[in-house]
Amino acid sequence: MRTDITKINEKTPHEDLTEGLMIFAGGTSKLFKTGEWRTNTPVFHADKCKQCLLCAPVCPDCSIPVKDGLRGEFDMDHCKGCGICANVCPFGAIEMKEGNI
Amino acid sequence: MAIKERMSGNEAVSFAIRQVNPDVMPAFPITPSTEIPQMVSTYISNGEIDTEFIPVESEHSSMSAAIGAEAAGARTLTATSSAGLALMWEELLLAASNRLPLVMTLVNRTLSGPININCDHSDGMGARDTGWIQIYAENNQEAYDNFIQAYPIAEDARVHLPVMICQDGFITSHAVENIELLEDKPVKDFVGEYEPEEYLLNPGKPIAVGPYSVSNYAMEAKKNQEEALENSKEVILEVAKKFAEISGREYGLFEEYKTADADYIMLIMGSAAGTAKEAVDHLRSKGKKVGILKLRVFRPFPAEEIAQALKGCKAVAIMDRCESYNGNGGPLGSEVTQGLYRSKVMIEAVNYIYGLAGRDFTVNEVYDIFAELEDIVVNGKKVEQHKYIGLR
Amino acid sequence: MSDYSLKTMMNKPERLAPGHRMCAGCGATIAVRAVLRALHEGDRAVIGNATGCLEVSSFMYPYTAWEDSYIHNAFENAGATLSGVETAYKALKKRGKIPEDETFKFITFGGDGGTYDIGFQSLSGAMERGHDMVYVCYDNGAYMNTGIQRSSATPMYADTTTTPVGKKSNGKMQNRKDLASIIADHDVPYVAQTTFTPDFKDIHMKAEKAIYTEGACFLNVMTPCPRGWRYDTADIMKICKLAVETCYWPLFEVDHGKWTLTYEPKKKLPIEDFLRAQGRFKHLFKKGNEDLIEQFQAEVDRRWEELQYKCAR
Repeated sequence: MRTDITKINEKTPHEDLTEGLMIFAGGTSKLFKTGEWRTNTPVFHADKCKQCLLCAPVCPDCSIPVKDGLRGEFDMDHCKGCGICANVCPFGAIEMKEGNI
Repeated sequence: MAIKERMSGNEAVSFAIRQVNPDVMPAFPITPSTEIPQMVSTYISNGEIDTEFIPVESEHSSMSAAIGAEAAGARTLTATSSAGLALMWEELLLAASNRLPLVMTLVNRTLSGPININCDHSDGMGARDTGWIQIYAENNQEAYDNFIQAYPIAEDARVHLPVMICQDGFITSHAVENIELLEDKPVKDFVGEYEPEEYLLNPGKPIAVGPYSVSNYAMEAKKNQEEALENSKEVILEVAKKFAEISGREYGLFEEYKTADADYIMLIMGSAAGTAKEAVDHLRSKGKKVGILKLRVFRPFPAEEIAQALKGCKAVAIMDRCESYNGNGGPLGSEVTQGLYRSKVMIEAVNYIYGLAGRDFTVNEVYDIFAELEDIVVNGKKVEQHKYIGLR
Repeated sequence: MSDYSLKTMMNKPERLAPGHRMCAGCGATIAVRAVLRALHEGDRAVIGNATGCLEVSSFMYPYTAWEDSYIHNAFENAGATLSGVETAYKALKKRGKIPEDETFKFITFGGDGGTYDIGFQSLSGAMERGHDMVYVCYDNGAYMNTGIQRSSATPMYADTTTTPVGKKSNGKMQNRKDLASIIADHDVPYVAQTTFTPDFKDIHMKAEKAIYTEGACFLNVMTPCPRGWRYDTADIMKICKLAVETCYWPLFEVDHGKWTLTYEPKKKLPIEDFLRAQGRFKHLFKKGNEDLIEQFQAEVDRRWEELQYKCAR
């Protein structure tokens, strides 16, 4: 990461901001936690999951990580709790619970 | 070895483009700048340069594509006039705020309406607060020389701002005059290779351009941009100095013509400075202490330098080839008088509007203006501070 | 073109990072993820973006959600901006300033406001000039970023904030513009219309074709917006299914001038099913408004027949 965004905040003096407000790096938004927005929370029941992966592409927030062909636990730092994944799961492996858990 | 030629301003700038051979040029035709993309296209068709020309569908797209190309890491150029520049307005601001060192050759033409194809400075002046560096030429020689200096100014790390190289429509762009061209090699060496540090097409080093910014960052970004524009003043002078070494022609922020002992000075920009100089020569032969301050660099505006240059005279005529429609004068009128006030230079100053939409500006009118300045100072004549010249 | 397997595709590294500020349940980022998955591994990309929800949410300083190089310029010029980037690539490649073994692809995203409307000229110019790029319209059928105003992509009778339903109004008075056809008439090599299907194969195959077909290509992706369409965020896939099964949003492609339906519903569902699922059409189900639904159905039928005719040629 050529731009270290941890050194940029709303108190940074003007001369220390990046030129033209460009960011010389990719994917820095990972450091912004949208999980706080959640009003409903998905709960993953691994025992019911058949790893069909239908839930993975429907996530608007890239919060269902897939590794070696298998989905893992939700990325709760970023999941906004929209519930799309729970609706597409044919096996009831994702349950939506009220509140930000 | 200088090459002695005869060329129009458009030919001269196109010749300079041929020598620089930029990477990308998006352009859309508009009178009187149309010849420039035509001539560049011909150079490309004949294999003299290998610039990628984008025949866009509008000037809005030419500036948009120029921004994309420059951000991608390509040395980029476009050309336009009048309504074309106006159509680019939003993108002009973005080119500057994204800190992209692209170059535009502007052939000054009045803005509509009524639609009219002839010269005044309302197009360039309309873009005066867009964050671009603006350099104006008196003639074809200066248009050529200024263009060659444009990239070294824009691409300097202290600047990283777009540059507009301006010449007067038809008067300079189409009139054929003598010119001294440089050989290709010294021009190429002078301009050098473009090697940006960060750009979209840098493999493995992605960048993101053009963010949404909350208020807590946006004001700071604007200040940084303003500082870059201030920095450009010294860079413009440094580049001019280096240019003098290869060309023998010296440039500053403005040219002072017979002003050293002048009581009355006319401040003017563009081709009309030639007319004014002719008049000054004649008046000097009659013992009148008159001179010309020809502004070359309009952005950044050298307010203090102008005030210092004017402080020894008794009255200045500030010549605007543009009406601001603010009920108070033209852009140069406003900015020069503000500069005089800040520097506590309390001389008489009259703002004359001349040459709108190609109206001729004559030697006789210059005589009249100097006579009026003298009348103000010597006889205390009361003169309107915002006057039209050559108006029926 | 590669064989499609959801498992293989989902295993690829994500090119859109989380932490963007799109609403919960937004269709636009689902589309972005799907399109970018079609990039072959090892290929680099420059992503363009028109001003809109996606732009203000995915690159809010200093947070960029894009793993690839990204440029947002303005609202109305995403086509022209990316055509500049693509031309720079040609120029720099030619001059040896980009290593020969490096491949960049150019993809720009615009909402229907930035694509159908304010950016239409810029898009048309870029398509006509034939830049080697893909323009992806994420079509959610209104100006959602500014608060759900009608666009030329908004379907007839939709309740939007500039076509509000009231005593004297039944919502938008005009039919939506058929942008995919208009771009196909530019004689570009590849145009497709798609949305989300359960296995995401349709959008994937079309995105891959668009990215790897030389020349200017266009994808029109229906991306439902839970705020503007007024349905529960969890229901997006149901909405997409209804749009396709009612033939409101047919899936087709135009590959070098050849029109093909990529999916044909076994039994075309009545448009009511699609309309009833969304709050923006609620007024159509009031007593006395039956004729409005009939008109809507007639328009869907007319377009569907026309499309079938084009595909049968």
